[in-house]
Amino acid sequence: MSNLTEIFKNHKAFIPFVVADDPDFETTVDNIVALANGGADIVEVGIPFSDPIADGGVIQAADLRAFAAGVRTKTVFEIVEAARKRTDVPIVFLTYLNIVFKYGYDEFCKKCQELDVSGLVIPDMPYESREDIVPTADKYGIDIIPLIAPTSGHRVEKIAKAASGFIYVVSSLGITGERNEFFNGLKDLVAEIKHYTDVPTAIGFGVHTPEQAKTMAKIADGVIIGSAIVDIVAKKKQAAPQAVEAFTKSIRTAVDEAEAEKARV
Amino acid sequence: MKNLTEDKQQKRPGIFANTYGGQYIPETLMTELEKVDKAFHTLKDDPDFQAELHDLLTNYANRPSLLYYAKNMTEDLGGAKIYLKREDLNHTGAHKINNVIGQALLAKHLGKKRLIAETGAGQHGVATATIAALFGMECEIFMGKEDTDRQKLNVYRMELLGAKVHPVTTGSMVLKDAINATLQEWASRSEDTFYVMGSAVGPYPFPEMVKYFQSVISKESKQQLKAKENTLPDMVVACVGGGSNAIGSFADYIDDPSVQLVGVEAAGKGVNTDQTAATIERGSVGIFHGMKSLFLQNEDGQINPVYSISAGLDYPGVGPEHAALATEGRADYVGITDDEAVEAFEYIARQEGIVAAIESCHAVAYVEKIAPTMSKDQIIVCTLSGRGDKDVASIAKYKGVDIDE
Repeated sequence: MSNLTEIFKNHKAFIPFVVADDPDFETTVDNIVALANGGADIVEVGIPFSDPIADGGVIQAADLRAFAAGVRTKTVFEIVEAARKRTDVPIVFLTYLNIVFKYGYDEFCKKCQELDVSGLVIPDMPYESREDIVPTADKYGIDIIPLIAPTSGHRVEKIAKAASGFIYVVSSLGITGERNEFFNGLKDLVAEIKHYTDVPTAIGFGVHTPEQAKTMAKIADGVIIGSAIVDIVAKKKQAAPQAVEAFTKSIRTAVDEAEAEKARV
Repeated sequence: MKNLTEDKQQKRPGIFANTYGGQYIPETLMTELEKVDKAFHTLKDDPDFQAELHDLLTNYANRPSLLYYAKNMTEDLGGAKIYLKREDLNHTGAHKINNVIGQALLAKHLGKKRLIAETGAGQHGVATATIAALFGMECEIFMGKEDTDRQKLNVYRMELLGAKVHPVTTGSMVLKDAINATLQEWASRSEDTFYVMGSAVGPYPFPEMVKYFQSVISKESKQQLKAKENTLPDMVVACVGGGSNAIGSFADYIDDPSVQLVGVEAAGKGVNTDQTAATIERGSVGIFHGMKSLFLQNEDGQINPVYSISAGLDYPGVGPEHAALATEGRADYVGITDDEAVEAFEYIARQEGIVAAIESCHAVAYVEKIAPTMSKDQIIVCTLSGRGDKDVASIAKYKGVDIDE
């Protein structure tokens, strides 16, 4: 087990996301450092996949830019290795299972341990299939971060009880991408998860403004922002790191306000 | 982590040859899959459901389909006796309707008002649009832009039947991308919507369910051949994309070891070229579209673009049970190229007066090769999965014939 859970102790976490090798190697390394400097608690690095069925247009386009840059699985590890020379921010990978499967579960998890990558978010691996990789991940101290969706219903209990690291709470149905409306039962969903486990929760899918981040940080222990940051990278390209850092700071402030308001209550 | 030991004791459903199948799909869809699984396993043993299914298959879909003795082909090839299982004579012109009727009935029992489906050549989309019209349900079909271009007639047929057709412009814009888009649509709206999976692929319970509804093909052919020849066939041949007509054609013979099962894949420009869809011959184990199976992919696990002249076989994966049958050696899988399939398209038209789907002509091409090597007292049953009207224009183009459409 990693130290991910510790991060959330009396602290609302902000977890931003970038796609590896979008638009190139150096910019991704700079973006990871910019996210860390801007106040990210955990950086989620997406490994590009040819068929990202849980992702919307923004992340699909980023994957294509990364493929145009010639990204390989080994490139993603090299990016993290380069970033590790400049930051010790906790990192998790977001990856579809086939990437890990083809690399070899053992080799992949071993590599994660070497690079101090704390966990894996695998959107196409439900509870029923976690046994494929969890024993291997445990061996190397890597958390497999489960997702819980508004449709999880009776599944919440078993997923929550088996969780480690943190729980990725999916804010709405469908795919990733900026939204202005979320599932209206998020508060109850998080409360139900809390009933079964002390593992912290972070809400993601669609969050893109400081106001939304603050609202979500009041509901859960943390907030995940993906497409909004990837969109900055799409627009600014090699000049993205500065804008990414500024955006991260604005979210950091909003999330800290949520923590402060909670403390006052 | 407390549940791990408990989990190990539970047998996971839908695993073939201890490896293939399973459930690899976003959490958002899992509760819905559980409902489908439960409904399927309850209803398939329900006499009322069976009566309803049987009535629709008989009185609407035109079953049983003929088992036709192809006398001219048999004489011309001079070897094994050739029987054709005529799924092309079903209502809507392909085997797809068997499965769609079953799944749509299931959807109705689950209270769904809207059917969504992917389609490659358009046959599954047409079948889904047809049943949606019959049942008074909404219908939306996802079809790769590449395929909406090469199968325009089927796009219009679906629209005529009241369906909305979405051309999918992501990825390589073919069947695989249409499945991605349909899964995404289902993840964002499952409350009132049922995903009618067209092939024997996807997460459990889809491969099992599709096989169940398609197994009518082999149940019938077995009885029909018994009536005609009082014996089992020596060989059953069917084309394989995702593998729904093949698994249906094989199903009732899997436990008859004397029956050789042959799945014919689309080799495109050749099994050893990059322009191929011969998944079992060229693929490796991977996890995609909800299942562990064989896929055409690169060494990093990125799914490769595939190619075949046939939109219905243009798929980088194969159903998990086929992967298992291949691994266990119970079935053989061979490749047929575009050129061979086109030649068979012309051959069966001239020999038997049957314009068969280009998908099915992959199986016919293999029969042309293998029948002469067999003895005259041996029997081949070859499934004609669909009719070829949809392909006439594109085959003419392939042959360089100018048709004023």
